[in-house]
Amino acid sequence: MSTNENNERRDKAPAGEKIADWADGRLGIYSLAKSNMRKIFPDHWSFMLGEVCLYSFIIIILTGVYLTLFFHPSMNEVTYHGSYVPLQGQLMSEAFNSTMHISFDVRGGLLIRQIHHWAALIFLAAMFVHMMRVFFTGAFRKPREVNWLFGFLLFVLGMFTGFTGYSLPDDLLSGTGVRFMEGAVLSVPIVGTYLSFFLFGGEFPGGDFVARFYSIHILLLPGIMLGLVVGHLILVFYHKHTQFAGPGKTNNNVVGMPLLPVYMAKAGGFFFLVFGVIAAVAAIASINPIWAMGPYRPDMVSTGAQPDWYMGFSEGLIRFMPGWEINFWGHTLVLGVFIPLIIFPLVLVAIAVYPFIESWVTGDKREHHILDRPRNVPTRTAFGAAWISWYFVLLVGGGNDIWATHFHLSINSITWAVRVGFFVVPVLVFIATKRVCLGLQRRDKDKVLHGRESGIIKRLPHGEFVEIHEPLSQDALHTLTAHEQYEPAAIGATVDANGVERKVKGSQKLRAKLSEAYYGEESQIPKPTVEEYKEITSGHGHH
Amino acid sequence: MSSQDIPEENLPAEQDAHGAVSVADEQNPFADPGLPPHEHRVQDIDERAAKRSERVVAFLFTLSMLLTVGFIASYVAIPHDKAIFVFPIGHINALNFALGLTLGGALFTIGAGAVHWARTLMSDVEVADERHAIEAPPEVKAKVLADFKEGAKESALGRRKLIRNTMFGALALFPLSGVMLLRDLGPLPGTKLRHTIWSKGKLLVNMNTNLPLRPSDVAVGSLTFAKPEGLEETDEEFQTEIAKAALMIVRLQPDNIKDKRELEWAHEGIVAFSKICTHVGCPISLYEQQTHHVLCPCHQSTFDLSDGARVIFGPAGHALPQLRIGVSDEGYLQALGDFEEPVGPAFWERG
Amino acid sequence: MKKLSTRRRHPLAAVVVLLLALAAAGGAFSLLAPASKAQADESAQSLSIDEGKKLFAVGCASCHGTGGQGSSDGPSLVGVGAAAVDFQVGTGRMPAQQPGAQIPAKKVIYSQAEIDQLAAYIASLGAGPVIPTKNEYGPAGSDIAKGGELFRTNCAQCHNFTGKGGALTHGKFAPDLEGVAPKHIYEAMQTGPQNMPSFPDTTLSSKNKKDIIAYLDAVNGDDTESPGGLELGGLGPVSEGLFAWIFGLGALIAVAVWVAARTAKAKKS
Repeated sequence: MSTNENNERRDKAPAGEKIADWADGRLGIYSLAKSNMRKIFPDHWSFMLGEVCLYSFIIIILTGVYLTLFFHPSMNEVTYHGSYVPLQGQLMSEAFNSTMHISFDVRGGLLIRQIHHWAALIFLAAMFVHMMRVFFTGAFRKPREVNWLFGFLLFVLGMFTGFTGYSLPDDLLSGTGVRFMEGAVLSVPIVGTYLSFFLFGGEFPGGDFVARFYSIHILLLPGIMLGLVVGHLILVFYHKHTQFAGPGKTNNNVVGMPLLPVYMAKAGGFFFLVFGVIAAVAAIASINPIWAMGPYRPDMVSTGAQPDWYMGFSEGLIRFMPGWEINFWGHTLVLGVFIPLIIFPLVLVAIAVYPFIESWVTGDKREHHILDRPRNVPTRTAFGAAWISWYFVLLVGGGNDIWATHFHLSINSITWAVRVGFFVVPVLVFIATKRVCLGLQRRDKDKVLHGRESGIIKRLPHGEFVEIHEPLSQDALHTLTAHEQYEPAAIGATVDANGVERKVKGSQKLRAKLSEAYYGEESQIPKPTVEEYKEITSGHGHH
Repeated sequence: MSSQDIPEENLPAEQDAHGAVSVADEQNPFADPGLPPHEHRVQDIDERAAKRSERVVAFLFTLSMLLTVGFIASYVAIPHDKAIFVFPIGHINALNFALGLTLGGALFTIGAGAVHWARTLMSDVEVADERHAIEAPPEVKAKVLADFKEGAKESALGRRKLIRNTMFGALALFPLSGVMLLRDLGPLPGTKLRHTIWSKGKLLVNMNTNLPLRPSDVAVGSLTFAKPEGLEETDEEFQTEIAKAALMIVRLQPDNIKDKRELEWAHEGIVAFSKICTHVGCPISLYEQQTHHVLCPCHQSTFDLSDGARVIFGPAGHALPQLRIGVSDEGYLQALGDFEEPVGPAFWERG
Repeated sequence: MKKLSTRRRHPLAAVVVLLLALAAAGGAFSLLAPASKAQADESAQSLSIDEGKKLFAVGCASCHGTGGQGSSDGPSLVGVGAAAVDFQVGTGRMPAQQPGAQIPAKKVIYSQAEIDQLAAYIASLGAGPVIPTKNEYGPAGSDIAKGGELFRTNCAQCHNFTGKGGALTHGKFAPDLEGVAPKHIYEAMQTGPQNMPSFPDTTLSSKNKKDIIAYLDAVNGDDTESPGGLELGGLGPVSEGLFAWIFGLGALIAVAVWVAARTAKAKKS
């Protein structure tokens, strides 16, 4: 630091200070900054997944605003006269026409469209991974349950914002998706037809849905999401970030770098990195080439009709469902469509409610700021892995025609495999994951008690070969034993000393069972105890 | 459901609350050794390395400026419809490629510069910050509850039940106005889903040539799509009408038709089925002329056109509706009425 | 001669002989083929039919019957027309290698002249679609946009928006149309090979077919522009989703790892 710079800073400071004083007198910024300016954030790559979500959301808003300057949310039929030859003279809606105009006749319009769409796919993918990070490390535990729900709502709303946006250009692919939506709405018992007529302003496709989806896509849903994002971030600040166990890290502190300057530079810089990567992806790879798909007509279709990836699991649900339909008293119950429509939210809710189930089972009302290593909570980890596999089976089912052509399989066999896999795969994954977790726990225990395998082989005088184990550092010893272990909740004796039977509620029994499943002998390896450690480390001759 | 029924002993021992550096000893070999001592980076002890980092950061920021200039230059200089070949991407739009890479590069280098700056030149001393319980301390809680009680008492809401009940009533009712306002989002369904514009005597017009079809035009093994006479693509209602009226026409050898009604409703083996899938309404038309199966590209429902278009695979719940056809006096294929059942996806009132 | 006989056991001898034989055969056909076209008289035609019959007896009769009447292994070829032969043999689908859900296109083993002879023979069994002329499938006078609309109405449901192909039931599939010769596309529409339905001139006019071929050339040809960048197979959201996960999110996670990683510490020397 040269003296020149210091002088400059001194000269500048009063001006900045004056402004800050002005603001403080009206907004109280100094008190706000006092607790937040040097706020500590721990460093871990997985803690940045949420930032990827936030930044891609901002990118989507920025590019989305640009797109609204050119997009006409109207379904009036016009004739195309733009510069893309294979569509010239074709009838299309104004929505499609203006999207063609953005793509071919507005300089940079195609780039912004592609950034918008790629960012949307990445936004959803990042939310998914972020959510799984939070899940597998147990970051959803008290006091963060509400923030978990905020995040979950953001994911679900993101899906629907994405779907409505994907439908706006009124191209043949998205129109097929909207038609599917109409069919799904029609399947709702009793009110389905009414809902459909209100949604589309009459019969499908009518002339209204683009304009209606438009206000939902650019105003209603993003508005709610923006509010949730702000709430989500305020809670992150308020709760302070979680951290992994390690030397010096406890449940009562947070270890990392201060917001100003390191985190500001890193997080601020990361915004530009995310934007840069997405812009580069949009320069290199085409997305949703509506010109190749053509304008929507309800009597046309293309093979390989899929929704964007985040709706793929619902597509899988609808594809593997058998065609059940019940007719009675002049009515039709369209189970073939309605059951998937019901399972669709249930798949999502299954993961959303998990934190509350776990906290009920453990009965743990304390705050948790130290993250779990997934292996140390085998049942939760197995449940999460099973859920992911369930989701993945459905995703595969949603793209069954693409897998069929690219792996030379029969589409019917894939559908059958998905039908079976829907029930079987999560169970297998649950069992396998739990075993892997227990194995890893055993290895950790071994490491603590016997030290690290050094890879050096020693020959003993009597000819036996042994591998030398090196004792772990104090840091590692602490880290590997820092996790908490619950005991299974027992109902206790149901008959007291006087022989009087005590009533046990069904919910208590269930909880005891679940608790046993979570923390029983089958489900966790007891941590090495001090006694075990002493016995082994004092006894020489042990390798 | 309360916490009381879980005995405290099931919960693990509270973690080391103070978090202070404790030395591992005989009693506690797994003790937390505390934050490791800070180690210096090269940049902290070697000013030349720090200068190098500074130059890298400055270079990245400068590069960003150049790339932004490049972005503007590309915007101005490259025609918006110029195609170039870039290996291995292929023939792509030059402007999109140039704008995207310069914009992406300009942003990325700003980010990379800032992060490099933070990583190499800003302090990397890890600091521990205290956490405080989210829950309010008991005295705060007691104060808030007391305040609330006081406020509630002053409002007399609990005492003056009439006010309370009518207020709840008013608040519960007024959203109904909002619901009412949604009524005009669309007309009531009525029987619209049961009918299409097909009617007796309407000729079957070939989608491709826009001419009425003759039986001799339709060969065995061929596939033709038809719309009702008088419906033109430029019509205001074209999209909504074709969404129900689209027709798929194939010709089978009459001996191959297994379903009796299908044969009756056919003309010399020419059968006309709704093109709209009965599952969720995709235009189904992946016709396999040897097996007579037709597959839906959206959800793989498969129908057997030689057997009344019944469902043989997939999620569709019922057969494709068939349109009864005959021949007009001029020798053109014509409808002998509307579909006898609703086309497209099933719904509650379908029956 | 002695030189020859000493070298006939050379490992490459077989290759040389094969090459010579092929060259001779090729030469012979190049002499014969124009001749059969030039002389439009009946004798040349019947000669061609005779040649075709011989070829048929060797390569096709085992499945399609000695007179093309069909058997349990192959359909009757009476009335399929020359266009069907030109398509099936000209794209290598026939002769079939093995039974399966569908007989795929593969390396063509007959020369065009042989194919023409086979086609002449099959056409002589019963009238059917003839091989189209360049005039019919050529690009002159075609309307690409109309072709696009026709393609989306008649073809896209199986072959995808721009002809990238798609799945059918039980392992059957509609092939990718990239690189398929215009003549063969025309013949396929005309004759309806395997499970593809036919689109005869009575329902899809010759001009319609020409438009479709022109559209395909525009959107799925060698020089087709993909303005936005990598086409990702032209398969729609599945490949886009994979790309977003692997390259989009993958790259961002790699960047995040760099941002969060500890800076290298100075080594204690």
